[in-house]
Amino acid sequence: MFAYYLDLALRSLKQNRVLTALMVLAMGLGIGASMTTLTVFHLLSGDPLPGRSGQLFYPQVDPTPTAAPALPGNMNYIDAVNLWQARRADRQAIMVGGNVKTKAAQAGSRPMSLHTLATTADFFPMFGVRFTQGNAWTAADDLAKARVAVISRSASDRLFHGEGGLGQSIRLGQWNFRVIGVIDDWRPTPHFYELDRESYGDGDEVFIPFLTSRDLAELGITGYSLNCYGNTMDDLHLENQPCLWLNFWVELDSPAKAQAYRQFLDNYAREQQALGRYVQAGSPRTALPSVMQWLDQNGVVPSDVSLKSWIALGFLLVCLMNTTGLLLVKFLRRTTEISVRRALGASRQQIFLQCLVEAVIVGMAGGVLGLLLALAGLWGIRHTPADYADLAHLDLPMFAATFAISLVVSLVAGLLPAWRACHIAPALQLKVI
Amino acid sequence: MDILPILSTLRRHKLTSWLLILEIALTCAIVCNAVFLIGQRLQRMDMPSGVAEHELLQIQVADVTAPSNPYARLAEDVALLRQVPRVISVASSNQVPFGSSSSNGNIRLDPAQPERTLFATTYFGENLVPTLGTRLVSGRDLQPDDFVDVETALKALGTGESKSLPHVTLITQTLAERLWPGQNPLGRIIYLTPVVGLRVVGVLDSLARPNAYDTAKAQYTMVVPIRMGANKDQSYLIRTRPEDRASVLTAALAALKKADPQRVVTTKRSFDEVRRKFFQDDRAMAGMLVGVIVALLIVTALGIVGLASFWVAQRRRTIGVRRALGATRGNILHYFQTENFLLATIGIALGMVLAYGINLFLMLHYELPRLPAVYFPIGAVVLWLIGQVAVLGPALRAAAVPPVVATRSV
Repeated sequence: MFAYYLDLALRSLKQNRVLTALMVLAMGLGIGASMTTLTVFHLLSGDPLPGRSGQLFYPQVDPTPTAAPALPGNMNYIDAVNLWQARRADRQAIMVGGNVKTKAAQAGSRPMSLHTLATTADFFPMFGVRFTQGNAWTAADDLAKARVAVISRSASDRLFHGEGGLGQSIRLGQWNFRVIGVIDDWRPTPHFYELDRESYGDGDEVFIPFLTSRDLAELGITGYSLNCYGNTMDDLHLENQPCLWLNFWVELDSPAKAQAYRQFLDNYAREQQALGRYVQAGSPRTALPSVMQWLDQNGVVPSDVSLKSWIALGFLLVCLMNTTGLLLVKFLRRTTEISVRRALGASRQQIFLQCLVEAVIVGMAGGVLGLLLALAGLWGIRHTPADYADLAHLDLPMFAATFAISLVVSLVAGLLPAWRACHIAPALQLKVI
Repeated sequence: MDILPILSTLRRHKLTSWLLILEIALTCAIVCNAVFLIGQRLQRMDMPSGVAEHELLQIQVADVTAPSNPYARLAEDVALLRQVPRVISVASSNQVPFGSSSSNGNIRLDPAQPERTLFATTYFGENLVPTLGTRLVSGRDLQPDDFVDVETALKALGTGESKSLPHVTLITQTLAERLWPGQNPLGRIIYLTPVVGLRVVGVLDSLARPNAYDTAKAQYTMVVPIRMGANKDQSYLIRTRPEDRASVLTAALAALKKADPQRVVTTKRSFDEVRRKFFQDDRAMAGMLVGVIVALLIVTALGIVGLASFWVAQRRRTIGVRRALGATRGNILHYFQTENFLLATIGIALGMVLAYGINLFLMLHYELPRLPAVYFPIGAVVLWLIGQVAVLGPALRAAAVPPVVATRSV
């Protein structure tokens, strides 16, 4: 029976090519525009580390003298190192990044400015960074202030012209670092672990141990956000300065551990208050947002993107009404044909199904066109200068969603016209013939 | 044209008429709001910087090994750049308007005040006012003996010794008006910390901050007499004539490279590029919204063409009868045009209410201002036009129906 409906539907669509083309075009435009904007939204609100981000948390404490509505977004050196050394989480890492003048150590190589992240050993396993060569440094290297570095594949290509570089030395400022690992290019989006940087910008290229970078303060890491809440004498040696500039992340593998860490953080803050380091009155405030909460708190998804998806949904609604109108027209035009079928014994249900099959065919054709238009739209977005432009690709879930949406839209759009069509009184129409 | 027969016909096509009306209403509401959003973006992209935008170049260099005397190094660089042919003026600075990276401070009017009055950006560097081309409205520019080296100032801040700290500042008109409404700001003191009190000696017409994300606070700017060294993130700003920019930039880079081939050029751009980069997301958003509006109007027009064609085909016989009874082609054409106008008008009226509702929702969630009334007629005119254009084809086809159709059976 279904094959027969399909045949009928195709015949009817062929009968009125202009109207069919209009419907497919209208559906396609609607689905294309909606999918383009929704893809961008999906991308930008996306989880930077799917499967892992639920276990990653960003501890916040407040050493500043006056309470602001929001807790500080960074830590000072003392708090970060205290919490790092406490080792109360499954993994923990301090990180701060900036541009450093770098070159390969051999003579005659050209200096370049690379984005460098000073961090601690747990960074790599905690964020699941994959190595193509070598390994990360160890916690012992951190404490020994070893002069070792991990570089990204693109940095190794630029520094060593594609010859890997493992075991060789790179020169940061005036110091040599031995390359002990090369990682696959790694660019979590948004750049959640250090939001001071452009949230959708490029990835980090060189990684060095944090304590080593403090030892060599003249290394000249520049470009991180530095927020001081007291008098500072020196922005080079920040260890004892009242300045917030570090990011500190922890991994807590179960909700119970997260709860325990929250308790630990509270106790730590009270202890610091008792020691006179935290001067705000009242019980000290702390927080432990997860990755997604942290992104949300920082408004990392540009607000205009969610605005765009509202517009996209409105668009889809207009298309839905449009398709409903056109299908209604199409079915009502065939009242005589439907009446003849009814008179020959087709039930209302059969007419209804026949109409829905026709609607779904239009919907699927619109979906294919919409997919092409969405691909074109995303191509267009990739050629805009926005930060996130080159990430705009249609991934598999969105690809499937395109068809799911066109199916649902065409079914919903087909319901009313099909219902009307199956309630035509055959006798009245047959008289006209 | 008599609209009563049209209304009575529409009453027999309630469902299709309402669908069309709702579609027009929704389109109208979306178009009003989208045009408004585009307007907002364009307005933001026009934000004044207060500097001679088409005459400025920015260069940033980083030394691989730190210079032994960064201040001497900077002075050498500036002298080198001044000698480049066709350079009008050179300045060193810690930041540029719309450059994103910024230095800011909490301003207090009373050193004992617990909460800051506001958060302003602080420009450092010599020769800034003439090079940037920002106009001094009253008072004087900073003089060479006002200046203090960055490191000396930082040390003095630590020891609390106020003699080696800067004592004066320039502020923008907007900031002056915000701090002391209606009063003369010259001679008043601004506190950056309890020990750093800066006397206002000059008022600038306009100078935007590097991080001008919020239009209202974009002009909260101070210029403080602090001398930059060649070891910070200093920028060299070069002013030249617009047509000389490309050649001056090349020559300036060559001069800097010649002085030290080891140094890395991290930034080299004209101020036009600075502005373009800062507002690129706004431009992308405006472009996308234009695309959405065009696509939406096309879809709505297609819907109108479809429905109008159907009505024409359905009423072919009636049209024939009317023609046979003496109606002219013009009459038939006008009939369909008026019908569309009526439907569009009802749709637009509904759309206005909807647009207002959507705007209220956006105001609540995205801190957008109220939709100005001027956007309502824009939406109305656009939809009336689209409706008339879309209905023209089917209406002409209807007008071409010959009277003889009346005599034939279907």
